[in-house]
Amino acid sequence: MLDVTESRLSADFERERLTRNIGRTDILFKHLTQSAAILALLLLGGVIVALIEGSLPALRTFGFAFFVTEKWSPVNDHYGALAPIYGTLVTSIVALLIAVPVGLGIAIFLTELSPLVLKRPIGIAIELLAGIPSIIYGLWGFFILSPVLQRTLQPALISVTEPIPILNQLFAGPPFGIGILTAGLILAIMILPFIVSITRDVFETVPPMLRESAYGIGCTTWEVVLNVVLPYTRSGVVGGVMLALGRALGETMAVTFVVGNAHRISASILQPGTTISASIANEFTEALTPLYTSSLIALGLILFIITFIVLAAARFMLAHLQRASGA
Amino acid sequence: MDLYRRRRLKSRIYMTLSVCAAIIGLIWLAMILAALFWNGLGGLSASVFTQNTPPPPGDNGGLANAIAGSVIMTSVAMLIGTPIGILAGTYLAEYGRYTRLATVTRFVNDILLSAPSIVVGLFIYEIVVARVGHFSGYAGALALAVLVMPIVIRTTETMMLLVPDSLREAAAGLGCPRWIGIGAVIYKAARAGILTGILLAVARIAGETAPLLFTALNNQFWSTNLNGPMASLPATIFQFAESPYLGWQKLAWAGALLITLTVLLLNIIARALTSQKVGR
Repeated sequence: MLDVTESRLSADFERERLTRNIGRTDILFKHLTQSAAILALLLLGGVIVALIEGSLPALRTFGFAFFVTEKWSPVNDHYGALAPIYGTLVTSIVALLIAVPVGLGIAIFLTELSPLVLKRPIGIAIELLAGIPSIIYGLWGFFILSPVLQRTLQPALISVTEPIPILNQLFAGPPFGIGILTAGLILAIMILPFIVSITRDVFETVPPMLRESAYGIGCTTWEVVLNVVLPYTRSGVVGGVMLALGRALGETMAVTFVVGNAHRISASILQPGTTISASIANEFTEALTPLYTSSLIALGLILFIITFIVLAAARFMLAHLQRASGA
Repeated sequence: MDLYRRRRLKSRIYMTLSVCAAIIGLIWLAMILAALFWNGLGGLSASVFTQNTPPPPGDNGGLANAIAGSVIMTSVAMLIGTPIGILAGTYLAEYGRYTRLATVTRFVNDILLSAPSIVVGLFIYEIVVARVGHFSGYAGALALAVLVMPIVIRTTETMMLLVPDSLREAAAGLGCPRWIGIGAVIYKAARAGILTGILLAVARIAGETAPLLFTALNNQFWSTNLNGPMASLPATIFQFAESPYLGWQKLAWAGALLITLTVLLLNIIARALTSQKVGR
């Protein structure tokens, strides 16, 4: 009798011990996952702190002038960020001017016009192309595209725009092949698959009911796109374009090959220039003085701040669409 | 009647433009692939895999040390980044789904997902290379790991959220504590999706050049020492392509083809994994 009670008691203890252990492991696991999540947060903070710390010497030496000086002279150990900032913005704008209309066109083709047989293969091809590393695009631009541009498009642009007052400044010769325009073109090709896959996805969030009602009252395909699809997906499209802009701004390898790496601002987009990321990639390991290194890190900080703002805005826009469509 | 015709004409014009855009876009992208295969296959031979990178002019040699360096650094980066990424993703999908910490982490993670990779290189340079005093394979692998984490976090969370809550409730009803439920039920159900995320992360870092340039630097010789400068395929392509030597340029194309094939293959496997999952 006594024996049985005792063994039951010890079984109870055993069970209690096990339960407590399991509960403890659960708390442990929870904290483990939580600290991993916190690590991701700290990483962003770490990036910002490290970049600020690294760029302090340059910012202290040059002050605000760093942002508005074009001169970049390793010989005199004097640096200004205006040319790379300008190059980054201009190449990205050129890329968007080309890639957004073409990308929207392809997305419209895929959602409104394409026969079903073509829809999936083209969609898959575009998504695979979005995954190709940027250095491949750079290599292609350097060896294939820029010699062709030098012989064809650039001389044509120069001669056609010569008599037109403002344009002849924008497209002033000689044709180098490489330069701001070529970099913009390569960026455009690179972000194209990206824009297509996002805009196609947001176009498909339009309820079929809306689209069919518009067709039902006699709208043409273009009118459906212009008056139903685009207004409904406006914030998603803008968000997708900004996401692509974020990519273009920070893109390094595709641009470094073809931009020409000249620290100057020319009115002509056919001339060589530089971008923030190209300057860092080209010069960082050759930077001999601490001030040189620090100036390059300061460039990185500027790039990070610009892309942070653009990406945050993009996420905000995309989240807005998601809420609106109730997904 | 006139108005009707005008509207139809306008629609035709815009739709033709849209078809043109699709054709131009596809031709453009096909041209890149064609050039890549044309030049890459020309440079590809058995010696690419067996011999080290040659000194200039680079007529005899291969990319063996660069391939080895890329494989080593990618593996180390995955070993560091994947567990942290899966754990953080688990927190976002399970324990902390509606907490403020999760909301902020999600936002920050989305930013990190598309942050310029060269900035990540600068970050690792600042906290590792500048402190240790020399370039190293470790630093390169760490930079790649920073790129891996956001991708794995994002896909893990998304895939775990796809698992229906009724499974979680069923596990809890059997008396499972959450960690057993997560380990034995949720991870199993989301396995294919999580694996897809890992493959996509490998595909992403396989071609990353910018963060390696001033962390792992490059190395002309065979080296498996993670504590010293290490060769990588992308960095070698960058160096060789900008050189005036034809032999080096040929090797650059061959390397570019190798990377592209790897990335495409990984993407296709990842796609097959998820579509199989959805089909079932």
